[in-house]
Formats: sequence, C-alpha cells, structure tokens
Amino acid sequence: MNTTKRAGAALLSLALAGALAACGSGGASQDEASGGNVEIDYWLWDDNQQASYQACADAFHAANPAITVKITQTAWAQYWQNLTTQLAAGQAPDVWTDHGSYYPQFVASGQILDIQPYVTRDKVDLAQYQEGLADLWVKDGKRYGLPKDWDTVALVYNSTMLKEQGVKPDEMADLTWNPTDGGTLQQVIAKLTVDENGHDGLDPDFDKNHVKVYGFLPEWADGSQGQNGWGDLAVANGWTYLDKNPWGTRYRYDDPKLAQTIDWYKQLIDKGYAPKFDKQSTLGRDAVLNAGKGAMTFAGSWTINTYLGPDAEQKFALAPMPVGPAGVRKTAINGLSDAIFAGTPHKEEAWKWVKFLGSADCQDIVAGNAVVFPAIRTASEKAAAAHEAKGRDVHVYVDATKTPDGTFLLPITDHGNEVSQIVQDAIQSVVLGQIGAAEGLKKANDQVNALFT
Amino acid sequence: MRTMRAEGRSQVAEQVAEPSDAGASRRRRARPRDDRRAAWLFLIPVLAGFAIFYGYPAVRGFWYSLTDYNLLSPPAYVGADNYAKLAQDPQFWHALLVTVYYVVINIVSQMLFALLLAALMHRLTRSVALRAMLLLPWLVPNVTVALLWIWLLDADLGFVNHLLKALDLGTVGFFASPDWAMPTIGMVNTWAYTGYTALLLYAGMLQIPPHLYESAAIDGAGEVRMFRSITLPMLRPVLALVLVVSLIGSFQIFDTVAVAAAGRGAGSAIRVIYYFIYQQAFQYFHMGYASAAALVLALVLGVLTVVQMLLLRASRSDLA
Repeated sequence: MNTTKRAGAALLSLALAGALAACGSGGASQDEASGGNVEIDYWLWDDNQQASYQACADAFHAANPAITVKITQTAWAQYWQNLTTQLAAGQAPDVWTDHGSYYPQFVASGQILDIQPYVTRDKVDLAQYQEGLADLWVKDGKRYGLPKDWDTVALVYNSTMLKEQGVKPDEMADLTWNPTDGGTLQQVIAKLTVDENGHDGLDPDFDKNHVKVYGFLPEWADGSQGQNGWGDLAVANGWTYLDKNPWGTRYRYDDPKLAQTIDWYKQLIDKGYAPKFDKQSTLGRDAVLNAGKGAMTFAGSWTINTYLGPDAEQKFALAPMPVGPAGVRKTAINGLSDAIFAGTPHKEEAWKWVKFLGSADCQDIVAGNAVVFPAIRTASEKAAAAHEAKGRDVHVYVDATKTPDGTFLLPITDHGNEVSQIVQDAIQSVVLGQIGAAEGLKKANDQVNALFT
Repeated sequence: MRTMRAEGRSQVAEQVAEPSDAGASRRRRARPRDDRRAAWLFLIPVLAGFAIFYGYPAVRGFWYSLTDYNLLSPPAYVGADNYAKLAQDPQFWHALLVTVYYVVINIVSQMLFALLLAALMHRLTRSVALRAMLLLPWLVPNVTVALLWIWLLDADLGFVNHLLKALDLGTVGFFASPDWAMPTIGMVNTWAYTGYTALLLYAGMLQIPPHLYESAAIDGAGEVRMFRSITLPMLRPVLALVLVVSLIGSFQIFDTVAVAAAGRGAGSAIRVIYYFIYQQAFQYFHMGYASAAALVLALVLGVLTVVQMLLLRASRSDLA
C-alpha cells in the first residue's frame, strides 16, 4: 500500500512517538502449557482489512484446532516503530504484514525467516500469483514472504463535472500523454478547469488567478516513488528508477526524462490548471475532490472505497492511465506479503498460517469483502466481481495487470526511508520554483546514491 | 513534550507563589545536621525515580551515541563518529536554525500577549470565570490543537481562507507554504499557551504591593505610565523566570510539527530539532546518531538552564 496515504490516517497518535517501547506487549506466544495449543501472533496495520483477516483466522482455526491466531492491528504511523522496538525487545509477533520499503532492513538484520525450504517442501505454486509479486520478496535465493495483495493506479474524475464540460467518458478511456504538450490528457484537464466566471481553461478569457475548480490535483507528498502520479508518468516517458530492481544500488533521479515529467506538472500549475504547491490544501486530494474543488487526479486501488464508496460526496468514475510517448500505459504495481519472525518458537505453525494466508482459501475470503485485490489472480477476479456487485466499476485496475508491460514494480532497496525524504524534498523545492528540475533532481540523486557507498 | 513543559511551569508556579521563602531558608542554614539526614530519607523515592527513569536512560543514551545501532543488530562502538558526522550534517544545523526561528516567533508573541492579558486581568477585572476561560486553549491536547488549526487554516478548504477570499484578499497557504508554515505553527502554539503564561504573570503581579498603585494614582499617573514604571520593574524577576522556562519548553516543540508535517506540509521548512531526532531514531532507525543529536540538544538546553539560573540569582535581590 502507499505509505503517505496511510500516514495521514494515523495523525493523531504521532505525539506518542517517544513512549512507544514500554507499553503493550504484543508478546511472542507463551502458551505451550495449555494442552499443546499454540497461539500465533499476527500483526497488520489496515483497519479496513482486519475483518477479512479475522475471517481467515477463524477458518484457519477451524481447520487447525491446535493453532489459534491472534490478530493485532496498529495504525501505519506506529506500526513499524512498534514492530522494530518489539523486535529489539525480543517480543516480536510470530507473523507480520510486510511492506517493500521496510523489509530490506529486517532482512539485513536477520529478523525474517527464509521460507524457501518450506515453499519447496510444500510445493507452493508461485505461478498462481500476479506476475512479479512473488519475486519482490526474494534476496540472494532466499524467500522472505508470500504475496498477499496488490494495488495499481488509475485516473479518478468527477463524472458530473465531466458531463458539464462536455467531455465524453469514452474519451477518458483513450487519453494520451507526453511531457511536451501533455497530449489529450492536458486538453481534458484544461477543459475541466473552470474559473469563477465560468470560463474553462481553454477559453482565452480564462482567469488563472481566480480558479473555482482545478482540472487536476497533483500529489507532492509522494516520497521517492511518485506512485500517485509523477512516477507512473515518468516511467511511461521511458524512465527507470534505478539500475536494477529489487536490490539496486544506483538511482537515476538525474535522468532528464524524470525532469521533463516534473516540468510538465509545473506548467499545469503555471497555467492555473492545478493548485500552486504553497496554496494547496494540506488535507489531502480526496478532501478537495469531495469538496468539488478539483475534477481529476491519480488514485491507487486502495482508495476505491474513498471515491466509489457510500461516503463519497461527489460522483466519481475511473479511467485508465493515459498512453505514454512509448505507446503504452504504465502504472506502478505494489504488493504486500506476510513475514515470519526468524526467532519464533513456532516456526512450523507460523508457516502453516502464512501458507494459508497465501492460499486461495484465504484470499477468496478477502476478495469477497471487496477492499483490496488479493495477489492470486483468480482471487483478484473475485474481488473485482465483488466490487461490480456493489455497483463499482473498477475494471481499469485489473486491466492494467493484464496489459503486457502495463505495470512496473516500485523500487525495493536499502535506505528506502531516507531516499524518500531526500527526493520528496527535492521535488517540492522544484515545484516551488526554488531550483530548476534538472539541477534539483541531480543534487538529490547525488545525495541518494551517496547513501549506498 | 507537554509534560516537560508543564513540569517546568509548575516550578515557576511555586516560585511565583512563594518568592519570600528564599530569604527565610538562608536564615535557617545553620541548623543541626540530623535534619539533612531526614531530608535525604524523604528524597530517596524521588531520587530513585530520577535514577531509574532519567539517570539510567541518559547514561544508556550516552553509550548509544558512541555506537552504530539500528535497534535490531547489537550496537557497535564507533567512538565519536556520530558527533563528527553531526557537525557536518547540514540537516542537523538546519533543524537547529528552524527551531531557533520558531522559538523567537513563539516566545516574543506569547510574552507580549501574555503580558497584555495579565495587565488587563490585574487592573481591569478579577473575574474568576474570565481567568478560567484563558486557560481553555491550554487544556486542549496539542495534537488536537494542531488538527483544529490545520482544518481552520487550510489553504483551500479552510474557514479562514474563505473569509480572506470573501474580502478579496487572496488565499494564504498557512501550513502549505514554506514561508508561512513556521510562523503559523508558532502562532498556533502562542494561541495555546498565552493563557497559561498570562496566568503566571498575573500571579506575579499580585505580589506587587497595591499601595504603589494608589500612590501613583494620587500623583496623577495613568495606567500606561503605571504599567511602565511600576508593573514592569516589579515584575522583572517573575518575567525573567517565565521567559526562560517558556524558552526551554518552546525549544522542545514537536507535536504540532509532527502533525503538520505528517499531512503534506512544508517539508524541511518546519523540520525542527526534535522532529529530526525522532526521524533519525524511529523512521530511519539510526539510534546511535539520534542519541548523539539528543545529547547535543541536551547540552544546548543545559546552557539555557545555566542562563536561567543566573537570571534567577540576579533577580532574587530585586524582590527582597
């Protein structure tokens, strides 16, 4: 899932940062005495998914009465701090939900169990998962998790505004984009931008200083990956993040193809089609879209319920990513996994649970709740069907995974958090006009690559 | 953060309440020794708590500051490397600078408003209800205060910007713009703490003998003149104390920044020193490096405390 989005959900408890270690012992299972029963501690951060996994845990317990799974949910903002301090205190959970940008440091310090021997022994079918997801969790021939779900990115737009401005939904399915003139995507963005006098962005009388509805809302707090926009477009423009993925050591933020993409974003702001960075709402794009002050943005599949759920205050619809200069649509695909604590006294039981989480039995249950797309392809289809049954048209997210070369994996490297901060800061200063795109990104790239020396 | 600030301030409250004790204890100095023994007995629980919850962690923190430690692997001794790195880390110095900027904005505005409020309370009304109301913002948890203002001051959806727009003044990205973010955070905390500071100053004003005002009134002095010539000079020791303690509390700004930065705030323009330490320790898991930064900060605060002590001693003769 996307890190920055999660962080927003958990603002409240940040202030507790200092006091985290002492409280709450998520404790390793200490219950061998109770008649051979084993309790497996399982951690996750997404409260939207807790019910699904509780259902999995119940099904698992029914099939294995000697093993009970205890689920603990902690908000994203505290999740990794708690996990790390618990690991340091020798009180780690037996199994936890793992994320690509955090797991390298756990691997480096030997905290995650290599499950390759179990996978080989039990002949787990790795081909059942969405392409590429299983390989994310392999380093030097060792495997540190089984894929549990995935997410991709698409365009979300306000369908009422689209209609008012006379843009047909069919046009949205065939948008093109290039960094020079923005292709038909920019045309639509301009049309959807409306000033206080009702002139749209293509009208010569358009007043860019009094914009009522912005045609496009960029996401600037998007770390080093730009999963919610600039990353996807830059890759469509032919850019690659780094020398190899996963486990590359040379980033390429100094590539002109990325700078061109950022410059394209900047001209949207200059023309008044997107809000200025320093006058942009800090409440998140969903709040601005829901308030009817923005018409379109890029949104990951984890936000389906935000825009198509019952709480949305506007009518939204989805469109695929625009076709890039190379003639292909590109979206980031990212997935989570489940990791087993290397020090757990119940390795065999923990593996059984992880295997179950990675099986169609559990992922079908998750699919039925229509929250995320499970990693197993057949289960993804079921999740899409469950969404359709609720009247939500989400096929663009699934289509992306079926397009050859339509998806790319987000970088997995050491120092993920530091890279994130450096690149985000650099991009923000570029957008603010404090430094040119090429120069700012070159500087950031030097800083980033210095981390790996 | 909050507790430390509150503690610092309760010391102030004691000082303000009983400034005349200073002279008394000096007279008692020549007592027999058994009293001291009893005193130590009474101090044991506090000392034990201090040793366990402050002393021991501080010593460990010092040890960690000499190591490369990521919480997961055992710490490896690296000598003064962390300190050397710190001295050359532009982010660290930037964070210190940003903090000083915040402290200046926060303390100056807070002291001015608090002084004005205290004077009004002292000379105009002594309504208990009014005094209680002044404390209200201070009673709201800091995170709530930050969230409240983030919504009110939002660049696009906030109420304040709606007003500005209605008056055709143009909108301001209070938390979003790097130029505005720090002043905004400073003023938000001023809003939250002015009432409390005002109350401390007010308590200090109550110590000023009323006859001074009466004679001044007879001599025909106006309120402004009385404030300048009686209130301010007589209040000086209390003012100095409140100032320095608020300063140290202000240096430890964290929660508002953490909340504002967790939203898509103004990036490095508001990354204060506590936030820097927090990120190093709990986001990047550079425990050793973070400990070194924390110790340097402790040193800075220590210097400020020495200044505080000097000011206190200087002020003692003032009130006697």
